[in-house]
Amino acid sequence: MAIAALPLRKRSVLPGFGLALGFTLLYFGLVVLIPLAALVVRGTQVDGAAFLATITAPRALAAYRLSFGAALAAAAINVVFGAIVAWSLVRYRFPLKKVVDALVDLPFALPTAVAGIALTSLYAPTGWLGRPLAALGVPVAYTPLGVVVALTFVGLPFVVRTVQPVLEDLDAELEEAAASLGAQRWQTIRRVILPEILPALATGFALALARALGEYGSVIFIAGNMPLKTEIVPLLIVIKLEQFDTGGATALALVMLAASFVLLLTINLLQRWSTRRRAAFGD
Amino acid sequence: MTTAPLTVAARPSRATAEPWPVRALLLGVTGAFLGLFLVLPLAAVFAQALENGVGAYWAALVDPDARSAIGLTMLTAAIVLPLNVVFGVAAAWAIAKFEFRGKSLLLTLIDLPFAVSPVISGLIYVLVFGAQGWLGPYLAAHGIKVIFAVPGIVLATLFVTCPLVARELIPLMQSQGTEEEEAALVLGARGGQMFRRVTLPNIKWGLLYGAVLCNARAMGEFGAVSVVSGHIRGLTNTLTLHVEILYNEYSFAGAFAVASLLTLLALVTLGAKQLVEWRTRRAGCAADTGPGASPEGAA
Repeated sequence: MAIAALPLRKRSVLPGFGLALGFTLLYFGLVVLIPLAALVVRGTQVDGAAFLATITAPRALAAYRLSFGAALAAAAINVVFGAIVAWSLVRYRFPLKKVVDALVDLPFALPTAVAGIALTSLYAPTGWLGRPLAALGVPVAYTPLGVVVALTFVGLPFVVRTVQPVLEDLDAELEEAAASLGAQRWQTIRRVILPEILPALATGFALALARALGEYGSVIFIAGNMPLKTEIVPLLIVIKLEQFDTGGATALALVMLAASFVLLLTINLLQRWSTRRRAAFGD
Repeated sequence: MTTAPLTVAARPSRATAEPWPVRALLLGVTGAFLGLFLVLPLAAVFAQALENGVGAYWAALVDPDARSAIGLTMLTAAIVLPLNVVFGVAAAWAIAKFEFRGKSLLLTLIDLPFAVSPVISGLIYVLVFGAQGWLGPYLAAHGIKVIFAVPGIVLATLFVTCPLVARELIPLMQSQGTEEEEAALVLGARGGQMFRRVTLPNIKWGLLYGAVLCNARAMGEFGAVSVVSGHIRGLTNTLTLHVEILYNEYSFAGAFAVASLLTLLALVTLGAKQLVEWRTRRAGCAADTGPGASPEGAA
């Protein structure tokens, strides 16, 4: 609001712009941009044929399939359950609601290695959940399903936290109007509420997907890490690096980086869509 | 953030509320999902940590390797935290209080460390400082070790955590506008005075939470640190790497004992977030009711 009121290139009386921006650019350049540039430059030094051979090797293809497939599945699970969690947190009252609300951020705060060993111990064949699941013939740990479980954990807060504020701001009059015009409750939800939260759902999906694609710590314990079967792309990069195949690691990292950039761009567009929608319906 | 729903939830009318079986179902699904993915893993950490009794738990924490891992983790956080706080304040000051060309690009770029895999965050430092990296020959000639040594761990952690403080402060400072600072300047304050007595009191809770979050991520980082550390026991093992080593050696109770420390840190971080949100809400209410209220009354 305050930003929109400012002219585009306002001359400010506040001091310290040069110093603050200069330090920001210097620090960010040294810590983030130059090292990232090293990855791109190193990538161009890899022989073209070797580059292509590395990123299309059967082991790499299997890793892409698992990384993308499991990340998509986990993000989809989080859209469904994240929307329900956000709905319950905004609309209903229940005991310990504040604690539950705070706990949703746990995957942001808990170190991924801790999450990894905790989930593995739960879903291992001897674990609290693994034993009954194994009896049902559904092994989870050391299978692709285990990867989905870990990625669902790390992506859990994204959908909840993007949908929650939209539901909170939703004008109650919209629903009352729909109801007074004779809409059934489920019609109101499908035709009025769902379109409102759709951009937020899509943003949350993309954020959870982006996070899951690069995830390492929570996955490597539960995945079992069998080549061609349960090996994710970030782990393959680490393996290449441990074999002193820096070129191969760089090539795979560039593929991942390209995927991340596409997702980052998509997320930006989705967020713009989301804010436009909210602005159109807001005051 | 969570105040609005109470008014809605308190007055459910028939037309705009779900029938009770639906409500019960949605609440049940919420409870089951969060219980399965959040509560059970938390319980598992502490249950496994104490599996062999309190004595074994304590022994795992005072083990020399564990103590050196705690030391290295605290050292890393102690270096990373001040640097990223200064960066966060500087970046937020430039972005939130001024209009300039390329601002939205900078705002997008700041998120880059979140967008790349932690493994890549470690790899890029190997490419710069490693034996085959840009600076590798120079560093080797001068006997400086960065990769497989503490400086590499610090650098990788800096990369991973650098947006955190800035991301907390930018929206906060944008919402506060520039009027108060301008007023301070008009009244004759110098730049430093204005920052210390107007800006800092306004952003202190956001800054505190950003710092807590940055600290938690710095202490808990795993992927990036794992790539650059070399896993040398007693020398380049952080807490998370120590957890991994113990776990891979089937020393489960020990791994979970160390992990429980990191879990407590995560819970403290979540608590800090609640506290900060509560304080900012209260500060917001105070500012609404009393326009003359001084933001630096306590100072």
